[in-house]
Amino acid sequence: MSGDIAVLGVGMHPWGKWGRSFVRYGVAAARDALADSGLEWRQVRSIIGADTVRCGYPGYVAGATFAQALGWQGARVASVYAACASGAQAIAAARAQILAGLADVVLVVGADAAPKGFFAPAGGERPDDPDWLRFRVLGATNPAYFGLYARRRMACYGDSPDDYARVKVKNAAAGALNPNARYRRAVSAEEVAASAVVADPLRLLDICATSDGGAALVLSGMDFARRHGAADPVRIRAVSTVTPVYPKTVLDLPDVATDSDVATDSGVATASAADRPAVDRPAVAAKTPPAVDSFRASIARAAYEEAGIGPEDLSLAEVYDLSTALELQWYEDIGLCEEGEGASLVREGATALGGRVPVNPSGGLASFGEAVPAQAIAQVCELTWQLRGAAGRRQVAGARVGITANQGLFGHGSAVVALR
Amino acid sequence: MRRTPVVDGWFSQACPEGADPDFRLLGTRCTACAAVFFPPEESFCRNPACAGGGLVRVPLSKRGRVWSYTDSRYRPPAPYLSDPAAEWEPYTLVAVELAAERMVVLGQAAPGVGVEALEVGMEVEVVPGVLHEDKDTVWTTWHWRPLYGGVPAPEAGS
Repeated sequence: MSGDIAVLGVGMHPWGKWGRSFVRYGVAAARDALADSGLEWRQVRSIIGADTVRCGYPGYVAGATFAQALGWQGARVASVYAACASGAQAIAAARAQILAGLADVVLVVGADAAPKGFFAPAGGERPDDPDWLRFRVLGATNPAYFGLYARRRMACYGDSPDDYARVKVKNAAAGALNPNARYRRAVSAEEVAASAVVADPLRLLDICATSDGGAALVLSGMDFARRHGAADPVRIRAVSTVTPVYPKTVLDLPDVATDSDVATDSGVATASAADRPAVDRPAVAAKTPPAVDSFRASIARAAYEEAGIGPEDLSLAEVYDLSTALELQWYEDIGLCEEGEGASLVREGATALGGRVPVNPSGGLASFGEAVPAQAIAQVCELTWQLRGAAGRRQVAGARVGITANQGLFGHGSAVVALR
Repeated sequence: MRRTPVVDGWFSQACPEGADPDFRLLGTRCTACAAVFFPPEESFCRNPACAGGGLVRVPLSKRGRVWSYTDSRYRPPAPYLSDPAAEWEPYTLVAVELAAERMVVLGQAAPGVGVEALEVGMEVEVVPGVLHEDKDTVWTTWHWRPLYGGVPAPEAGS
């Protein structure tokens, strides 16, 4: 297919709290990706960096920093910011250059050295900054939003804290098999239940940490890949970088309120939810139906449409499990099951290694912690290893098609479809 | 003590006793498409289907239903106002669905309202509240309070 690009090389610096500069992690990952591709840095005609994120906003410039550290060689350069979706946007920019014929080979790099503790907004008085305001006026940290989603799911769908713990147990089991993960040991449901509540109903082990790490990809056009001797490389077939559609009626970071739905005819949007039985769904009985056709669902849908595939074609998925409950939400948003049925998948083991469609075989954010600009690139590294059959003890048997999904602050969606 | 809203123009000024019967959150409404915005949008209507009208101040509904809730067991970072020397007391956050505006608005719960007192779908109302007091300023805000005292509401049974 003409829209495909090839993944020639992948590389990661292991996640952790190493206390070094993000530049070291990015360069280490880039060198590994170049070695994996069999290309030299001087053959790369474009480098795209995902900027570090500081206080929710772009931090250190990435593209030129990595180009200088690897040694100036005249390549085209760009740096992108899309919060948690920065890495996928870097991939999207690389793909656009390749498909437009502007560059044969592009190096994509993201790395960060995360500050400790809660993500905090920028300092000083910033009453015009929505991210500053949510902390100032409400003290609404990121885990607070995750807690709101988790409680909402319990009320609407009957999820339980035990279901959320199952997600952590599953992801920790996979992460224990991944040499690049920060947390590499099995975790029991009892350990999750014994960890401190951070934002009711979520506990410390339900919420992802912040980490240092770096990830890189060497991408090229299919013709270049063939000339280079890569006859059957992993291919990226779609990259979705969508924004929400007004009115956005699901509360989202860093919003203090949703959009109002009064100006538009929303009868169509709410009809399907209203048609479903309200049994065991007190929120529905209370006339507060869950949103359908959410922003998160549109992220994967755009990628499926571009790739010409559907969720039934997936061998595996890497989704952004900022919290355990959010992973269950993603099952529904990427179409693995109907709205509200996410918990049944994890109960059945369908999304564990060896299940029908493993989700986060890498171990996910639960095992990595978030290194923001590197994370969406790391998701694609995992798809690549899985599709090559090179994922070792966490290999998904016969993996053919995978999707990544991710959502960044301020309305940045991203999903990548890769296949072999 | 000076009473200062933690943010300007988001809610009506409570009277000093905090018992204002018509305390409201303040939004704006587009005169062309009727879309409502909170926090108040001052510059332009954000409905892409709207050619753009004037934006007028409107009070939001006083009552709504709980969309979801959580709490903050750890002290949030600055710029949240709190005394680092004082023992941390968790507060409850409530997301409230307003039927007339068809939107969800976050807020802290009134003091003493813990997560165990709340339920998704429960009716709550907006009341004036205090976010923080320092040497010379009382920082005012809005709170959501259960209409009937919340669950298990032992008094409600009598």
